[in-house]
Amino acid sequence: MSAMSNSNFSRRSLFRAAAGMAAAGTLAACGSNNGRGGGSGSGKQLVQYFHAYGEAGTEQAIKRYAAAYKDTHVRTSWITGSNFEAKLFAALLTKQAPDVFEFHPQIQLVKSGQVADLSDIIDPVKSDFNQADITSHTVDGKIYGVRMIDDPQFFFYRKSMLEKAKVDVPTTLDELIEAAAKLTTDKVKGVYLGNDLTAVINPLIWSAGADTLTADNKPAFHTDAVVAGMKQLRTLFTSGNLLLDAPADYWDPSAIDQGLCAIQFSGMWAMPAMQKALGDDLGVFPFPKVGDAGKLSVYNGGWSMFVNAKGKNVDAAKEYVKWLWIDQKKYQEDWATSYGFHIPPRTSIAQGATKLQSGLPAEGVKLFNTYGHFDNIGWTQAMITAVQDAFANSVRKNGDPDAALSTAEKKVDAELEKLFG
Amino acid sequence: MSTTTTRGVARPAPAKASQGRPRRALRGSPAFNFWLFTGPFLIGLVIFVFVPIGWSVWLSFFDARFTVTPSRFIGFDNYTSMLKNSNFTGSLVTFTVFAALIVPLTWALSLGLALLVHRLRFMRAFFRSVFFLPTAVSYVAAALIWKMSVFTGVRFGLMNTVLGWFGVDNIAYLSDPNPPWYWLVIVTVRLWLQAGFYMILFLAALQNIPPELYEAAAIDGAKPGWQTFRYITLPQLRATSTAVILLLLIAAYQAFDEFFNIITTRATWGQTPLMVLYKTALGENQDYGAGSAGAVILTLLICVVTLFQGRIMGFGRGEESK
Repeated sequence: MSAMSNSNFSRRSLFRAAAGMAAAGTLAACGSNNGRGGGSGSGKQLVQYFHAYGEAGTEQAIKRYAAAYKDTHVRTSWITGSNFEAKLFAALLTKQAPDVFEFHPQIQLVKSGQVADLSDIIDPVKSDFNQADITSHTVDGKIYGVRMIDDPQFFFYRKSMLEKAKVDVPTTLDELIEAAAKLTTDKVKGVYLGNDLTAVINPLIWSAGADTLTADNKPAFHTDAVVAGMKQLRTLFTSGNLLLDAPADYWDPSAIDQGLCAIQFSGMWAMPAMQKALGDDLGVFPFPKVGDAGKLSVYNGGWSMFVNAKGKNVDAAKEYVKWLWIDQKKYQEDWATSYGFHIPPRTSIAQGATKLQSGLPAEGVKLFNTYGHFDNIGWTQAMITAVQDAFANSVRKNGDPDAALSTAEKKVDAELEKLFG
Repeated sequence: MSTTTTRGVARPAPAKASQGRPRRALRGSPAFNFWLFTGPFLIGLVIFVFVPIGWSVWLSFFDARFTVTPSRFIGFDNYTSMLKNSNFTGSLVTFTVFAALIVPLTWALSLGLALLVHRLRFMRAFFRSVFFLPTAVSYVAAALIWKMSVFTGVRFGLMNTVLGWFGVDNIAYLSDPNPPWYWLVIVTVRLWLQAGFYMILFLAALQNIPPELYEAAAIDGAKPGWQTFRYITLPQLRATSTAVILLLLIAAYQAFDEFFNIITTRATWGQTPLMVLYKTALGENQDYGAGSAGAVILTLLICVVTLFQGRIMGFGRGEESK
């Protein structure tokens, strides 16, 4: 039958294609793009990893600072895409690992010996740092990272739209849900919380009077108030008043800039772009109270510099981090205020940062200082994922929040057991 | 059957080659020749396939977090945790559903297109190219177009604009899993990307069907249309159909790109096994032990399915037993 010659043909061509692919793979492996640059052999060089900041000029700025460092040549890898963590962690296991990288404080990096102790370069200026930033980077009295920027996250709203709909700035989650209903028109959705709602998980937990972990590292997020808050969030999710599937996520100012929503959850970094697009028609407020015993909250995220303890040039890397993120205050201020707005963790710089001292930026700083919750170094990625799964399964998928949080609690317990015994 | 002639044409090579004078050294040592030709491929296979598989199996028995050279042996703990992980077990269901949707749909669509193009009397090459072109598009690019312009939840998304003309409210295709609109997005993008390629395979097979068969059928009184299609075309395409279905199944097993780019990162649904393993091992969790355990479980499953499938379809059996 003709069929036989057909299947012969396709089998052979399949094999040929497989051989071709194997050859291509071998060639690719021989490529010179190994993250080490030209390799002229002129002594040490350092590699630093940054995730791609959205604001214009950030990449040039980081490269400019690096070029000004005379002792060692520093090459910057600017990692685009939404999976910086994955690329960073995968690279850390290889010979091409970065010597210096930015990330958030997470204790498993310390426990696995991945990050170097930076106490000796931070200690002399310790008192100049925001003490919460020191605490969130300290394990057993040693400080493992230098905070570069603090990034409070809160709601931005269009004043004109709230006035027009006669809506007050919401102070409870119920009011936010009502406001969303009143603000929604056929063109504009009331509220935007990001496409997957993960950005508001920690704020909701804090606003419900709970926390991620207790001081002695036990799960603290499974309370009745959090369960009730998740049910409320579910009603908002299904109300049709929430912007969903927007082209850009919560960290990007596009949604509110383009008039897709009246209220958007985002971060201080997006403020300059929003002000440019909307002028004075912009206000900020913290995450509203959840339940009667709730309190307003703001998530103080941010980015820190770490030194790869398993790298070849740990000392040179530490020198570079000290030079840029401890000594060069001009660059630190430039980094925090010239592109997106971030709050400098150094008190001396924060006091001199004139751009943050008036108008809307000053209000953002006030929210940061009044309602802010910082990272807990014991709250690791596996725990974050567990709670995110719980929210996805109940708020977006209509599961039982109580049961979902119980499952998450078990996973978090298992993680804590691994980390702290 | 008349088609035996094509078989003869397909394999004339060995007879000719043995007649000419052997080239220098190539006859000398069969062992040398064997290694010369298979060596490079084998080395690549060992380095890029066998070593990683072995390493992965070894890792699956260790507490390998943030390291690929672990030291703490934990037995089958990784396996139990993966089997208890609802994301992983759910992903097996997801890709079964995906295969159940995409395989018959692509099969039917590409066969339909092939029949249409085959019938054309003019501009056949043009339509062949037009339907084949999407094959050249990258999965990532297509997935992003589907996600960010065709199926966005905002009012100016293509689908929502069209639905808006009929007074239908905006739909959030991806954020909201009830009802599971995300399947529409995932399935249509792959359908668009791959239907043209399989159409070409069917076209080739259609052109291979001898016209005498249709003539004979017409003389015997078979009506053109459904009857000839059902009793001549379809049986003649059996081998191609089998190959297409097999290729489609393999492609569905490997689905990753469009799922990874379309499904929002924090969803617990719509995950293929590869996506869950990627997140476990290479994502933020960096748990290479659990990831490897999942990979081993998946490999075993694929082995079982392949053996079972070989039984049913007879693929890979000797020619004579067909």
